Amino acid sequence: MTVSGLLKGRTWVWPDDVNTDIIIPFRFKARTNDPVEMAKYAMYGFDPEFYKKVKAGDLFVAGKNFGGGSSREQAPVAIKYSNVAAVIAESFARIFYRNCFAIGLPALEVPGISKQVKQFDEIEVDLQDWSVRTRDGSVHPAVKVPEFLRGLMREGGLVEYYKRHHNFPWETLETKAVAR
Amino acid sequence: MRPDIVNDNSLTFAEKIISVRADGAEKIHRPGDITVLPVDLAMAQDSTGPLAIKVFGEMGVPRVWDPSKIHLVIDHSFPAPDEKVANLHHLIREFVKKHGVRLVEGSISHQHLLENHVVPGMVLFGADSHTCQAGAVGAFATGIGSSEMAAVWASGRLWVKVPESIKINLTGQFKKGVFARDIVSHFIGTVGEDGGNYRSIEWKGSAVKDLSMASRACISNNSMECGCKLSIFEVDSSTQEYFRSVNRKSMYEIRAGSKASYKDEYDIDIGKIVPEVAEPGNVDKVKEVGEVEGTPIDQAFIGSSTNGRYEDLAIAAKILKGHKVKTGTRCVITPASNGIFEQAIKSGLAEIFLQSGAVFTNATCGACVGTHLGVLGENEVCISSSPRNYIGRMGAITSKIYLSSPATAAASAIEGKIADPRRYL
Repeated sequence: MTVSGLLKGRTWVWPDDVNTDIIIPFRFKARTNDPVEMAKYAMYGFDPEFYKKVKAGDLFVAGKNFGGGSSREQAPVAIKYSNVAAVIAESFARIFYRNCFAIGLPALEVPGISKQVKQFDEIEVDLQDWSVRTRDGSVHPAVKVPEFLRGLMREGGLVEYYKRHHNFPWETLETKAVAR
Repeated sequence: MRPDIVNDNSLTFAEKIISVRADGAEKIHRPGDITVLPVDLAMAQDSTGPLAIKVFGEMGVPRVWDPSKIHLVIDHSFPAPDEKVANLHHLIREFVKKHGVRLVEGSISHQHLLENHVVPGMVLFGADSHTCQAGAVGAFATGIGSSEMAAVWASGRLWVKVPESIKINLTGQFKKGVFARDIVSHFIGTVGEDGGNYRSIEWKGSAVKDLSMASRACISNNSMECGCKLSIFEVDSSTQEYFRSVNRKSMYEIRAGSKASYKDEYDIDIGKIVPEVAEPGNVDKVKEVGEVEGTPIDQAFIGSSTNGRYEDLAIAAKILKGHKVKTGTRCVITPASNGIFEQAIKSGLAEIFLQSGAVFTNATCGACVGTHLGVLGENEVCISSSPRNYIGRMGAITSKIYLSSPATAAASAIEGKIADPRRYL
């Protein structure tokens, strides 16, 4: 499954510091290896019934430090298999952010975005342009990420990438070290 | 190693170790650079390993890159508390058999690796956020997710971005009732729960030499709660003594240059720190114990990879000796490794725990992650030496977790309410 182009959807707005224990509690994620089952516990810490309310194509907009705490990849997996199309945050905790690219869930860091969006606003995410267009038509560029990661996300994550290329996207990476 | 890099006075620990170890690109790396590191040790545990095994299978990789460098640790829910967990443990054991990788059961991964495998200068990735604990011996150690772990199993390499660094200057001496956990809690309360995000923390200063290996491990482990990538104690004479005693040799002894440039610097006078408690919900809601003293509790938990080492159990025993856990309050004590469990039994700590009315369990992550051996019910309150107090972390989403040192948790168990440990020491 590849991800590309323009995503339009309604927003779920979350506060600062939403950690992975809230996104999916350990006792559920450690008892299944099925992503569809994991999605039943998405955002459980805030609302155990979230999975009944979310619609395919919805978008997450969060404050700073989204996905802090545990390294659990089941957190972005639960969001992805809730059919949430992308996660936009003021900032991400670093392991969660890496995991989003590794599983092909679009994750865009857009400083100031949480003040521009209300619950259930219709917004657009442009994955080509790497930006977000809010209801009033204004465009908010996301923090740039290296092309190898955006390519990985577009191809649907590490499994799809490896099946297609028989290597990992960083294997061919030119290191950009300062020459001395 | 290129001597010009090793001797470069302008590099932080993170910049230097990445520059030295970068695969096929041994040259000066600066914050923001992206490069690839060869992996010396890859660890996954029983709540991240099964997903990595699934992803590895879906990728269609026939075999792992080096079975001797791959460790699977069944620690979070050990032994299996129910059938669903047992089935995932079975998946791990089958993978171990098929690929000939290493398996450990019981001991918490970070403590097991510290006791048996980690050495200074090593590059270690773990599918567990607290992998940064191994920074306590000057290793590059950080957490990743399951899919990236599967990629490491396949290739033995992984990309990294060079982090900016924070320096902490520790001075002064511990006051009574204050421990390593209180220092790191104080720091997290100061910088906030994303204050170390994407950063490498270097613990320096005159007080470092007095910190035991267990205390350094506690600090490096718990530094994760401000989001850091690395949390480093450079190799010093105590580190060297520790590795002589366990008969393991360093790969590289990397030290930051004296003119290295840091994003932020903090001075912490240990002598000014008191017992600290983080209030429920966020790890950075840190208060002095006096501000929350008297809060009724249902359970005290002493354990986890942050604070389940022998010195933690010893201080808990010192406090509990001759006292009883308050009627109606549970006190659960869980060692961080099988070796610590055995040592606590042989040295008499176990007897003190049992006589006090505490429950002394096998080594596991257990109650810390709300999987077994001390799960919280609706509205219950726990004081815990574990690393996280997030919503629903230890059980019901209405339960509440206060975080503290093992000493504060032990004193609280006696009183059935949050208590100041200094009265018992």
